[in-house]
Amino acid sequence: MTKVDDTTHMTTPPEIGGIGHRVRRHEDARFIEGQGNYLDDIVLPGMLHMAIVRSPVAHARITGIDTTAASEVEGVVAVVTGELMDQHGLAWMPTLSGDTQAVLATDKVRYQGQEVAAVIATDPAIAVDAAELVEVDYDILPAITTPQQALAPGAVLIRDEKEGQTDNRVYDWEAGDKAATDAAFAAADRVVSLSTFYPRSHPAPLETCGAIADVNSVTGQATIYMTSQAPHAHRTLFAMVTGLPEQNIRIISPDLGGGFGNKVPIYPGYVVATAASLLIGRPVKWIETRSENLISTGFARDYYMTGELAVTNEGKILGLRVQMLSDQGAFYADAQPTKFKAGLFHVVTGSYDYPAAHVVCSGAYTNKAPGGVAYRCSFRITEASFLIERLVQTAAYELGIDPAEMRFKNFIQPEQFPYHTPTGFVYDSGDYPTALRKALDEVGYDQLRAEQVAARAEGRLMGIGIAHFTEAVGAGPSHTYDIAGLKMFDSAELRVHPTGKAILKLGVMSQGQGHETTFAQIVAEELGIPVTDVKVMEGDTDNTPYGLGTYASRSTPVAGAATAMVSRQLAEKAKRIAAHLLEAAPEDIELKAGELFVKGTPARSVTIQDVSLAAYTNMPDGMEHGLEGVHYYDPPNLTYPYGSYIVVVEVDPETGVWKVERMVALDDCGVRINPMIVEGQIHGGLTEGFAMSSMQWITFDDDGNCIGSNFMDYLIPTAWETPRFELLETCVPSPHHPIGAKGVGESATVGSPAAYVNAVIDALAHLGVRNIDMPLLPDRVWSAIQSAQG
Amino acid sequence: MEVTVTVNGSDQTHDIEPRVLLIDFIRTRVGLTGSHIGCDTSNCGACTVLFDGKPVKSCTVLAVQADGHAVTTVEGLKSNGTLHPIQAAFKEEHGLQCGFCTPGMMLVGAALIEANTEPSVDDVRWAISGNLCRCTGYMNIVTAIQTAAATGEG
Ligand code: FES
Ligand code: FES
Repeated sequence: MTKVDDTTHMTTPPEIGGIGHRVRRHEDARFIEGQGNYLDDIVLPGMLHMAIVRSPVAHARITGIDTTAASEVEGVVAVVTGELMDQHGLAWMPTLSGDTQAVLATDKVRYQGQEVAAVIATDPAIAVDAAELVEVDYDILPAITTPQQALAPGAVLIRDEKEGQTDNRVYDWEAGDKAATDAAFAAADRVVSLSTFYPRSHPAPLETCGAIADVNSVTGQATIYMTSQAPHAHRTLFAMVTGLPEQNIRIISPDLGGGFGNKVPIYPGYVVATAASLLIGRPVKWIETRSENLISTGFARDYYMTGELAVTNEGKILGLRVQMLSDQGAFYADAQPTKFKAGLFHVVTGSYDYPAAHVVCSGAYTNKAPGGVAYRCSFRITEASFLIERLVQTAAYELGIDPAEMRFKNFIQPEQFPYHTPTGFVYDSGDYPTALRKALDEVGYDQLRAEQVAARAEGRLMGIGIAHFTEAVGAGPSHTYDIAGLKMFDSAELRVHPTGKAILKLGVMSQGQGHETTFAQIVAEELGIPVTDVKVMEGDTDNTPYGLGTYASRSTPVAGAATAMVSRQLAEKAKRIAAHLLEAAPEDIELKAGELFVKGTPARSVTIQDVSLAAYTNMPDGMEHGLEGVHYYDPPNLTYPYGSYIVVVEVDPETGVWKVERMVALDDCGVRINPMIVEGQIHGGLTEGFAMSSMQWITFDDDGNCIGSNFMDYLIPTAWETPRFELLETCVPSPHHPIGAKGVGESATVGSPAAYVNAVIDALAHLGVRNIDMPLLPDRVWSAIQSAQG
Repeated sequence: MEVTVTVNGSDQTHDIEPRVLLIDFIRTRVGLTGSHIGCDTSNCGACTVLFDGKPVKSCTVLAVQADGHAVTTVEGLKSNGTLHPIQAAFKEEHGLQCGFCTPGMMLVGAALIEANTEPSVDDVRWAISGNLCRCTGYMNIVTAIQTAAATGEG
């Protein structure tokens, strides 16, 4: 792996460990000794266990539920049905997208795996045994498994309980300027189009979802341990759903074994466990099995997309038109800003400069699990980035222009930033040509193209795929972005103690991203307190400031900024205290790497530790004691990380099996706080991109049975299949972020699927192959070769 | 029925139902929660422990089958207050993110480097191919295992 340049933004020595240092992670100490505290590791006194009874069919009317046999099993404490939930007004709950979702089904089941009843017992095995004995009678209805079927005339109505709902349409949404786009198409020499399906996928973190609800019937205090990427938002929504007073609800999100968007929604299991604890008066634990995780919790993607590019014969793009159909499952439960029904899909114009674009999207209900979570993705940007990068590649073939050249001809130029896109985004900064040039040089592009010619002459299929993506991450700003009405700011609270040690509390929630280290580095950078002296706390709503949580790569852009701002607030106070100690004027004090000194006379100095002690022991008259603050940060804009990815593949013409020979990934995420952690995030994202393009796939048969409901059918790449990655970087800081960082957690998942697919298509392009839908399973590749060869 | 398993050197006797899996025995009877459960089809390897020194997925073993055998879990890797080289290397090389797969990965790695002191990248990738990681993309896990091997103390 190419080592990247770590020193560009370093201003502190290694003992302090501010920005740019490869600080080894603080959280690792507990994980490498098996002392992590994940949800299933928590045991409370008197705790009961819950198992859920799920629908075996995709669409049916419930005609009866008999819980007698289950209730009689020794050790069973309660069997909860929709009817019981309904008596407490909890049979239905709101989703993050303003729809409703059944908690336990009362009228119909609408997808396979839907929650119908729950058994609470003294032992998890007893709960599972008894759940088998709950008898449910179903009157089977026809299952709808695609949005095309859903919107066809005469389709059976899935949401018949919803007032005013007369068909299976969820929404119609558009962005951009239709008239300007039509004009661009009228003026074009050529129109290039591509229809492709981004299949349903599942984030499948290695730890499944779960909760332990502990409601104290005397005090009314509800402590809910929950696998939550957004504990504060979940507390508020829980208060709204259950009617419990918000101050009495405490959500604790312990160590999370991955999330990737799967742990953003509120699932029925959380609500049922809470209701059960409330009714029984004892703690109730619910842990999903893997198959429950894959069939019922937040899926991602499931978008049918047709894109058209208006181009000149010289390869200049004039406009983009996109039509999409989105499969929402039985309940519209996307986690995304209220006003954007298709998330931030309209960033689909990509890294290119053209004046006109128009995007329309319709969503449909189907008899499939709800979700629409942003799987390692900032609200549908993965689909958008995939489409534009596949389209540009297609246009290059149609016009006979090299795919790299096609991109250079159309790139937004560095001097055009801030760049206003035709669908309303304002890209903050970038230098795309330099990035792509650097990646091409690293991979040896011209040489590879020559090798490809030679390979083809020998009958070998070699392909080179490029993707140059631009992401939009870090939501807010709050005037535009919200989740269920809650504005997307984030927060940081910092207290420096008399001995100079600090505690930083955040409203976001790590799922493996290393927040305990990265955010401590920001404090170290700003205040000069050694990184090992800063403890970072998250995930406990009673002990951290309100925030919207970690998803959409927003922790560094938003909570990272909040951390820098609260540190600067404390730095100002520290200077005033130092001025008092040094008998100088506050405006003459400078703070550098933990030393506060009088400008021009560095010998007259005190340390940040001296100042911390003084804040509690020797304050100037009239100044408030302590060294503590809180900052709520509302970003002025999104940030726009980008990257150039190049994949080289060899396809076996006999079997359709393809192998990644090289994967060169250049990322520009602005300033890197901890380059080691950034590279780790990119490795993980590149692997998930590979997974989606090559094997991960949740599909359904005609009856709505989920195929892909366990790790034997839903394939996750192992170390053996996963490619080796070569990483590169450039750094154009974000101009509006306090430390110039942009966020990176999802970039590689967003950008890389198109690179892998473009590489396989490039290997077959001379045969006339233009598209194969993901995942590019060998039989699909083989069939494409066969039909191209006639 | 009564079962005695030597877990990290200490004899653990519990009266259990015959259907109890070794992973549940370790997590809920012995109370060591470093070994995890990530699937129900024996695909993920989060539950990996050393069984008489060899890595096994403890969700595929009944606790009764382990009667009279020795099991090492992640909690038993450290000796005399010193981290096992594989633990030190996972931290040094950033071989973990969420940490959920990590105990299993480290135990497979520990067994590998005991048998093979100079494993190639392919040796390591093959050895850990029964263990899934959703976070790291495996790159740094491979480096960590090779780094630990290079200390010669595996
Ligand atoms: S829990 Fe997945 S292999 Fe054992
Ligand atoms: S570190 Fe998260 S699954 Fe491996």
